[in-house]
Amino acid sequence: MARPERALTLSVRDLAVSFGGVTALAGVSFDVHRGTITSVIGPNGAGKTTAFNVITGYLSATRGRIEYERVPLTGLRPSAVAARGVVRTFQRTSVFPSQSVADNVMIGLHLRGSAGVLDVMLARRRLRAEESRLAREADALIEFVGLGHRRGEPAGGLPYGEQRLVELAVALAARPRLLLLDEPGAGMTTAEKATVSDLILRIRDRGATVLLVEHDMRMVMGISDTVIVLNHGRVIAEGPPASIQAHPDVIRAYLGSARDRA
Amino acid sequence: MAELLQHLVNGLVLGGTYALLGIGLTLIFGLMNVVNFAHGEFYTLGAYAAFAALGLAGANFFVAVLAAIACGAALGAVCELTLLRPLRAESIDTTMLVMIGVWIAMQNAELLVWGGVAKSIPHPFPTAPLRVFVLVLAAGLIVLSYLLIHTTRLGTAMRATFQDRDTAALMGVRIGRMHTVTFAFGSALAAAAGALLGPVFLAYPSMGDLASLKAFSVVILGGLGNLPGATLGGLLLGLAEELGAGYVSSGYRDAAGFVIIILVLLLRPAGLFRKQERIG
Amino acid sequence: MSGARRAVLALLVLTLPLWLANPYFLHVVIMAGIFSILALSLNLLLGYTGQLSLGHAAFFGIGAYTSALLTLGPEWSFWLALPCAIALAALAGFLIGRLALKLRGAYFVLVTISFAGVIALVSVNWMELTNGPLGLPGVPAPVLGPWSLRAKRAYYYLVLAAVLLAYLVCRRLVGSRIGRAFVAIRENEALAESVGVDVTHYLVLAAVVSAAMAGMAGSLYAHYTRFVSPEVFLFGYTVTMVIMVVAGGKGTLAGPLVGAFIFTALPEALRAVTSWQWQMLTYGVLLVALVFFLPRGIVPAVRAWRVRNAP
Repeated sequence: MARPERALTLSVRDLAVSFGGVTALAGVSFDVHRGTITSVIGPNGAGKTTAFNVITGYLSATRGRIEYERVPLTGLRPSAVAARGVVRTFQRTSVFPSQSVADNVMIGLHLRGSAGVLDVMLARRRLRAEESRLAREADALIEFVGLGHRRGEPAGGLPYGEQRLVELAVALAARPRLLLLDEPGAGMTTAEKATVSDLILRIRDRGATVLLVEHDMRMVMGISDTVIVLNHGRVIAEGPPASIQAHPDVIRAYLGSARDRA
Repeated sequence: MAELLQHLVNGLVLGGTYALLGIGLTLIFGLMNVVNFAHGEFYTLGAYAAFAALGLAGANFFVAVLAAIACGAALGAVCELTLLRPLRAESIDTTMLVMIGVWIAMQNAELLVWGGVAKSIPHPFPTAPLRVFVLVLAAGLIVLSYLLIHTTRLGTAMRATFQDRDTAALMGVRIGRMHTVTFAFGSALAAAAGALLGPVFLAYPSMGDLASLKAFSVVILGGLGNLPGATLGGLLLGLAEELGAGYVSSGYRDAAGFVIIILVLLLRPAGLFRKQERIG
Repeated sequence: MSGARRAVLALLVLTLPLWLANPYFLHVVIMAGIFSILALSLNLLLGYTGQLSLGHAAFFGIGAYTSALLTLGPEWSFWLALPCAIALAALAGFLIGRLALKLRGAYFVLVTISFAGVIALVSVNWMELTNGPLGLPGVPAPVLGPWSLRAKRAYYYLVLAAVLLAYLVCRRLVGSRIGRAFVAIRENEALAESVGVDVTHYLVLAAVVSAAMAGMAGSLYAHYTRFVSPEVFLFGYTVTMVIMVVAGGKGTLAGPLVGAFIFTALPEALRAVTSWQWQMLTYGVLLVALVFFLPRGIVPAVRAWRVRNAP
């Protein structure tokens, strides 16, 4: 399926990360094109989540450059990265547990508001207007992920699959133009994975770029435009799903062989 | 020169007992992850136990120290069993609040039992040999602690528990018991420190406040869970306090501990001694 | 609570000096008011951003000493000294916030204790400035135009205004985007950062506002008791503050107020019966009991009970 060549949005060059004697990434380079769904796959320990952590500012790189829309991201703290439009989710379920679903999403809408201390104290009318706008946006997001019936419930008490939907709504609230999803399908039933895949497609159709780390091959091959394969902290293959599935290095990486125990 | 020597000896004596306090707390805070603000109260308990043994029962110094250790261990075990064990799943803040409660309760109980006036603990020797004696005993206890942790099966079980609890449990280590033993052991060391330093200074109910903070200071300086670090840190603090009080200003001597905490946490949070391994 | 009840409460509060003539009770109410401000300030850090500060006595003391020194030496008006006290306390809060921002949990607590310890030592040792352990007597009472606010009935209104101000500030902060950021930090810091909440900025903000409020309480205390000494740094005050917040209900706005009143009135009521040590001993045991049985505090427990028993 030929796609017209899209503009580059995220560019990673020779990214390396080591800590405590462990080399998590040994020099990774790849590009993500605007408006695509790109998946990063690889065996456990390949460095996928580390790459996410470095791109979004949770970890420092030992060397390498990351550029988003031609502007360097290296060295920024996570909230600054988010302010640029790059938002990530986490491998382990991350919500604000004691807060209701609606409040979770309201927190996610932080960047969509602008009230500072002075506004909060003095500019009451403008604040009220902003708050009602945010509340409407929150409602829309909750409907989008299909959690309308859970609005008022504490997020920490929801079943696993729904918590991950809350996570997604919170991430979307920050209006990402590049969304990094860390194993969105983990621990989900087939039906839940189908829901998530559908949501990811709709997110892409709304104009965002999606980069995801995932283990479920069917999910990955089903929705991705590009697949990047990492192993031992290096990129070993990159291309459309069909070519990746037939790639000998990829097959070897997953099945492993005695010779590859380097 | 003689004055410098005197300060150094005092600093070592102080440092040795700070090391005991620090080793006890590094086990409790560094390994069990319990913010034990009541640590200093076990120190006070030890001092008063020594007072009771020496002053009231007329026993000798060794017995007094042993009595203190026994009291510290017993009360520590009780605390762990009744208060900490049920809260083990809770966040560190919760146990912190509980230990603050124990701190307040213990200190005021001591105030009620012994009164607020400082008690001078009678000691069997004149001043100079006493301090040396204290130093020797402190060193002995430090060595004993090392041996316990590194050569006995109990010590191995303790280390295993805190390095990898699940594997230790699979190997048959009774996790609950290890927690109790560790807390009791740490508290016993604090009580021993109190019994050793009590006769050198005085015993009064709020002596534990500064002791707690200095213990934390030593633990932070040496790195959490790092026994040699705690020992060195304790000696450093003792020397710093003594030399500071002698040559800079005596009013601010207690500030050394505070300043250490602030500086180390801001500049080198892992402590001065960057050993990665925990427990010794 | 309903509109009618609220109106009655407001009326009672506004006319209090008229129907509570006993100066001793009025004294208790004024002290409870000052402690409410302290409790609200501590609650902002502990209840909302989730950081426990055991050094709040430092901000309280800085406010008290600043206000006292400015009105005694250069003989400034209280109305000028108060904002200075608030500003200096806020600066201290900023320093603690900025410097300690890398630390969480127990480490942050230790730094706050150490900071308070150093400040206490300074107040005892820097005789030329603070008069050391002897303290500063004769701090003047505030004057509003031709009226002196020295009398308890007048001072009550000053404290009432301050409590209302503190409450309003907290309420507005908490109900806003800023308040949401605070809670986000408490609940899941990494997640908060990922959606653009600059954790450092908001923690420092919480520290500054919290310290400023504590400084205001300190100034009010200084001009009420008209004597300031290093005793303001006594750990007992910090402990009392923590109990007020934890018992009342951290993370709520009514909690600290309820806690402040209970734990100011209670010691006074018990004073005739038992000694300070028994009280503090009870506080210690109470804190432990609260953690086990009423971890969220009185106000949330009462609210939950009312929800369960609603018709």
